[in-house]
Amino acid sequence: MSKSTASKPTLATVWLDGCSGCHMSILDMDERLVELSDQFDLVYSPLVDYKEFPAHVDVALIEGSVSSDEDERKIRLVRAHTRMLVSLGDCAVTGNVPAMRNPIPVSELLDCVYKGNGLLQEQIPAERLPSLLPRVRPVHEVVEVDVFVPGCPPSADTIFTVISELLAGRVPQIAALSRFGA
Amino acid sequence: MTFEELEQIATDARAAKETFPRALNVCVAAGCLSLHSDAIKSALEKEVRRRGANCRVAGTGCMGLCSLGPLVTREPDGHLLKNVAESDAPEIVAKLNSAMPERLLYSRDQPFFQRQTAIVLENSGRIDPEKIEEYIAAYGYQALLHALTDLTPAQIVQEVSKSGLRGRGGAGYPTGLKWGTVAKTIGTTKYVICNADEGDPGAFMDRSVLESDPHRVLEGMIVAGYAVGANLGYIYVRAEYPLAIKRLQVAIRDARRLGFLGSQICNTKFSFDIEIRIGGGAFVCGEETALIASIEGRRGTPRPRPPFPAQSGLWEMPTLINNVESFANIPTILRRGGEWYASLGTNKSKGTKVFALCGKVRNVGLIEVPMGTPLRQIIFDIGGGVPEGHRFKAVQTGGPSGGCIPEQFLDLPVDYESLKEVGSIMGSGGMIVMDDSACMVNVARYFMEFCMSESCGKCIPCRAGTAQMFELLTRMTNGTAKLNDLDLLEELCDMVSSTSLCGLGQSAPNPVLSTLRYFREEYMEHIVRKHCRAGVCECNKLAEVSA
Amino acid sequence: MSPAPAVKTLLIDGKDVSASGDQTILGAARENGISIPTLCHLDGLTEVGACRLCLVELKGSTRLQPACVMLVEEGMEVTTHTPRLQKYRRMILELLFAERNHVCSVCVANNMCELQDQAEAHGITHVRFPYRSPSLPVDASHERFALDHNRCILCTRCVRVCNEIEGAHTWDLLGRGVNSLLISDLHEPWGESDTCTSCGKCVQVCPTGALFDKSKVGGKVRKNPDFLSYLNEMREGLR
Repeated sequence: MSKSTASKPTLATVWLDGCSGCHMSILDMDERLVELSDQFDLVYSPLVDYKEFPAHVDVALIEGSVSSDEDERKIRLVRAHTRMLVSLGDCAVTGNVPAMRNPIPVSELLDCVYKGNGLLQEQIPAERLPSLLPRVRPVHEVVEVDVFVPGCPPSADTIFTVISELLAGRVPQIAALSRFGA
Repeated sequence: MTFEELEQIATDARAAKETFPRALNVCVAAGCLSLHSDAIKSALEKEVRRRGANCRVAGTGCMGLCSLGPLVTREPDGHLLKNVAESDAPEIVAKLNSAMPERLLYSRDQPFFQRQTAIVLENSGRIDPEKIEEYIAAYGYQALLHALTDLTPAQIVQEVSKSGLRGRGGAGYPTGLKWGTVAKTIGTTKYVICNADEGDPGAFMDRSVLESDPHRVLEGMIVAGYAVGANLGYIYVRAEYPLAIKRLQVAIRDARRLGFLGSQICNTKFSFDIEIRIGGGAFVCGEETALIASIEGRRGTPRPRPPFPAQSGLWEMPTLINNVESFANIPTILRRGGEWYASLGTNKSKGTKVFALCGKVRNVGLIEVPMGTPLRQIIFDIGGGVPEGHRFKAVQTGGPSGGCIPEQFLDLPVDYESLKEVGSIMGSGGMIVMDDSACMVNVARYFMEFCMSESCGKCIPCRAGTAQMFELLTRMTNGTAKLNDLDLLEELCDMVSSTSLCGLGQSAPNPVLSTLRYFREEYMEHIVRKHCRAGVCECNKLAEVSA
Repeated sequence: MSPAPAVKTLLIDGKDVSASGDQTILGAARENGISIPTLCHLDGLTEVGACRLCLVELKGSTRLQPACVMLVEEGMEVTTHTPRLQKYRRMILELLFAERNHVCSVCVANNMCELQDQAEAHGITHVRFPYRSPSLPVDASHERFALDHNRCILCTRCVRVCNEIEGAHTWDLLGRGVNSLLISDLHEPWGESDTCTSCGKCVQVCPTGALFDKSKVGGKVRKNPDFLSYLNEMREGLR
């Protein structure tokens, strides 16, 4: 990634409750990443080692659904400091696989995973771990979202177009690029 | 049966009544019966026997003022006794020929009685619904005889058209036009259906008519059968009305016995019979095509119209389907003439309308007023207004398909058009009065829950749309709604009403739309301030916690 | 033989079209290359007019009409794709996605699903309504097929094909409203059904992944609902 200069737009990527497949798809842009990197500064991402979300971000790509109290805290923070917030991939857009737990009450779910499976030390982890929200929600049910990019995951081509358009100051036309589950 | 024979039955019935100088009529319709008026009747009978009093004790239909039940009328002076208890029987019988105690007496010199005009309810509370002779003594079945002997089917249709009667089930389609369409549709077999699947919350007009004067409905149906060329009629009545079903069964049996039903009715070539079909408790079966599917033994779901039942209805035959109250108007229209009927009411809505007045109003009960009567007169004169300590807020008409009408329209003359203009509908006649203890968002939510659970699930807008609207309204009442939820709700209202398959879905948004129209500030309070001014919604607790 | 119905001429989306009097607007439109979206309609089955996607505007009428049941009339002017109609269609699709648990990424019908296709065709990138996330079972008791209620849109194509074509009437609906549920026989496991002939027609006509062939999971085998018109033609020919 290129060095930060004041004039370049800033980009962040955020990983909530998802499988990281969307981030893999970002990496899948391969050499186009180099091309793009001239146009923006990556200021926050699980792919790079920044600890704090910056005060001002131009474009934030969000992977994953809002499943825990930590996810919720994080997405509210991100929203407050981001100009264009992008729901990237089905987990962020629909809840997708993480939301498949929604019909089941959280306590029942935890019991099923952590108890009664012949485990040696049956216990539900509580300390220093984010607690699960009663329902997994898509990002736009929690904060306002500017651009929706469905897909599981959206293809590298789609992500490239989305980033290029946003950096050029245009809102990308997603419907032609990707769809639920694609 | 000839006019002379009919007159003889009437004379005999009147004479039988007159052998008693006094009579006590006890209301045994569902309202008073639920307060054990049958036990009061037995107590009175026992007391009369014990004292050897020369008095007749009879059960009759609804006397209208249900909130003061159980009701007893003393004849011939017509004194109305309210809140009668079994223990009052000795005193009532002891004072048969003198003044009744003040605590029981309810004066008829009150607007509740004076402002009403009875056509459909003319016999309610006056005759024994299980005695066909009493109906005949009240000029019953004269219209049928007149129709069969003096009129052609076309003349009957003309008379009904002239009366200006419109469908009393709620939509207000001209009855004469409907009859004419079925009459003119070519078909060897035709059917007449009486829709008694009354299901609106707060509505009990049809139940009361069937319990109080079932022969009036049968007579209307038989005339209709003759007019449109049908030989079989069905009454589709909901299973929740066991008393109405029982009285209909008795009435049909008696009408067959006297030859008003069966083959060659009154020595003419016309044959007609009526069967009862009992509904299984689905509100949507009040929709005509769903009702027909249910009679056919299929799942009760509506189908797209056209074709309308008049062209292709029950078993794909031309079918006339009218509501209980519509049929109940027919005998009087034929007896007194369409022109007379049309002299009552407003320009476009003729005759009278029965309303079930309930909610926060002093006189809860069943009333009948000419079309065009102002709401204020119905609620404040006849209904006696809102009980002490509270203020009138709105009146809900038309059930889950209707809307809430606020105070500023109280002087509105009630008819099909005027109610529509202010965002409600006439509906079948339920009228729920609400005072300041009602939260309009919560009211909208209640009706939406009703529509959601009564949606048949066939079409997507109604099935999933009502569920989403209910969820959005729930968020508003429990304080979790965001401002854009209101936009979503309004978008859904428009979509569900424009795209649903049948009337249930098309009108399901009405309670929301009308409350939004007149009480939008209450929605905003719920969403923004988490405040419910009536203090009934959960969101208030949330506001307290955060304060 | 009954006399042939009269030929009617009408206007669909500004195009002059002639159609037989017993044809629906949908039939006439498709015959003339004008597409109208549908989900519950399938050539060869009776119409129910339930999905409301095919609603069209008729000149002179404020009420929208389902093209799949509305017969053509002389001089009719039909519009099939106004902004209002498109808005309603998008909302209907959103309602369907929010109603049950449609998780495209793990669905056997991913990329072969008519609901997904319609969403794409209508430019749906997200669902604005809260997901209802109901708890629904999966019936895998049949030896060859399975039913996942989470993906069922209650279009009743399976009910109709089983009743009208196969003549078995194994499928029908239980309950009402959002609680409606597709059931086999009298709400017994599909595998224990006395009436099911295991013909698989229901699986072929199912527009989503609700009914599927267990052996083809992940196999990306497209469903073939077109066999119905062939069956019907054969039947007509034999008559």
